[in-house]
Amino acid sequence: MISATDISKRYGAVQALQGVSLDLRPGEVVALVGDNGAGKSTLVKVIAGAVSPDSGGLVIDDRPVHVGTPHDAQRLGISTVYQDLALCENLDVVANLFLGSERRRLSILSHIRMERSARDLLTSLDVRIRDIRVPVAMLSGGQRQSVAIARALIGEPRLVILDEPTAALGVEQTAQVLDLIRRLRERGLAVLLISHNLADVRAVSDRVVVLRLGRNAGEFRTADASQESIVAAITGAAA
Amino acid sequence: MTNAATTVRKPYTPKEAVERLRHGDLGAWPVVGGLIAIAIVFGSLNEHFLSPENLTNLALQMAATGTISLGIIMVLLLGEIDLSAGSVSGLCAVVMAILSERMHWNPLLAILTALVAGALVGLLHGLMFTRIRMPSFVVTLAGLIGWQGLLLYLLGSGGIINLPFDGFVAKLSDTWLPSWLAWTVTAALVTVYAASGLIGRRLRIAADLPVTATWWPVAKVGGLAIVLAGSVLVMSADRGVPLLLVIFGGLVVVLDLVLRHTAFGRWMYAVGGNVEAARRAGIGVTRIRVLAFVLSSVLAAFGGILAASRLSAVNQGSGGSDILLMAIAAAVIGGTSLFGGRGRTYAALLGILVIQSITNGMYLLSVDSSVRYMVTAAVLALAVAIDSLARRGSTT
Repeated sequence: MISATDISKRYGAVQALQGVSLDLRPGEVVALVGDNGAGKSTLVKVIAGAVSPDSGGLVIDDRPVHVGTPHDAQRLGISTVYQDLALCENLDVVANLFLGSERRRLSILSHIRMERSARDLLTSLDVRIRDIRVPVAMLSGGQRQSVAIARALIGEPRLVILDEPTAALGVEQTAQVLDLIRRLRERGLAVLLISHNLADVRAVSDRVVVLRLGRNAGEFRTADASQESIVAAITGAAA
Repeated sequence: MTNAATTVRKPYTPKEAVERLRHGDLGAWPVVGGLIAIAIVFGSLNEHFLSPENLTNLALQMAATGTISLGIIMVLLLGEIDLSAGSVSGLCAVVMAILSERMHWNPLLAILTALVAGALVGLLHGLMFTRIRMPSFVVTLAGLIGWQGLLLYLLGSGGIINLPFDGFVAKLSDTWLPSWLAWTVTAALVTVYAASGLIGRRLRIAADLPVTATWWPVAKVGGLAIVLAGSVLVMSADRGVPLLLVIFGGLVVVLDLVLRHTAFGRWMYAVGGNVEAARRAGIGVTRIRVLAFVLSSVLAAFGGILAASRLSAVNQGSGGSDILLMAIAAAVIGGTSLFGGRGRTYAALLGILVIQSITNGMYLLSVDSSVRYMVTAAVLALAVAIDSLARRGSTT
């Protein structure tokens, strides 16, 4: 289990996070919701190692760990898919999946080994791309998002953080990506989903964690929670 | 070789082919088409244009500027520009000439030192670009002017250093492959190409990966054999295959293999395609950028040495006039994108072939150089227009 415990972070006069805690378990999709400025991005950046908290920290399997850089986070099995996909559009799907961690022997790329594992990975995730050797520029938005998510799995992580994965997608492509998120759960990964779209959140998550003004403002089991109660927690109407 | 389980990549439907074209996947076809058009036009206007002697001269003229163009491609792939390549080529040729002629160094050692000087120049450009974050345009514009100044300073009042005609450097451009050697090299190249294609195909089938229909690799090997054999046949009818062309061709092939099959090459394309993505993937963007500028200047230096060899001298005009612009034009005409991330080293070969053919053909027709410049400009504008349209297609 990966936990963020009692995280606080202040930017100048703004208290972005104050004593926020979050538990992420294998095989569970946790949706992190909240209004703009609620601290979602800051919390994600802390977990992904892009921002160091003022106090509090990460605990993995009951042991506190130090995450100073994104690289540390990756080594601990935390993989992040950012909203801007960070794909190289001029490179093909295989090259993008292995970017920065190319399989190679004596600096010579192992094209066949990479293409084979890329195909196996995409097949196991049921991502359908007809030819994985065409440049990413030629794929649809949903396919690109799928490639970006698949890429997060190359380092065999335990936790995948998805930042607004459906924000720019149409109805059908959103459904594809939500299916993909379910398959991440089936693989036993912990998934942290940041989304503004409550319909997506309710469709795919197991648990909803609400942040409001930098604090924990409620936690629901998705199956038991009504849309109204989640919205109320986000807006603070319940208080 | 094929079995029932083999998956074959289906050929593209016309609609998908159009889609690929719209996305800038034109490859080398526009240039090859242009070359054929040039051959037909000039060939019909002047019977001497397609003669073995003239085509051999063409091959000889390409090497120096083509090598500089190769260096330009290295920085264009990153979406940057190197305006200093011409000056650096002249400067390093002068360094080589001073060491070998005035100081009587061993010519090989002089060439090596000149290349190291080129590397240092590139390192300086790269560090100014990455550390001080000056735009590459400005860094290399300063280089264009400054290295030209250093060249004039080093040459001093004499203004010219002649290289002896029977010296090592001048001999470089007056060495011709004997017929048997040219054919052996041709046969070896085709065999290696065919064998690597066959082995790659077998490995792909063994790994249960899709392969293209059988006729395609056969056509590629056949095409290569025809082009190479045709060139050797034509040039053997004259003086033979020039060593200069072999050196340039070797550089093109080796650099292409490096770009496509090593992690360094993959990262070059990645940095050119999306710097942010490359950085997040843990690629040392700064190192790649510095290396690209070093490569560019070293290749410029080598091109300058080849040019000095052709001229058997270095003078105040070395690396000057339109060499830089022709090198950049060649890279772009050959299909290298100015926006980074797209292009192969063969662009230098094809592009310089187009430019030299036009220049050469117009000389034969005794067309005024004013017209020659305008025609070259039109070809360049067309190439950039294709690139820009392709880029627009790929971002929408």
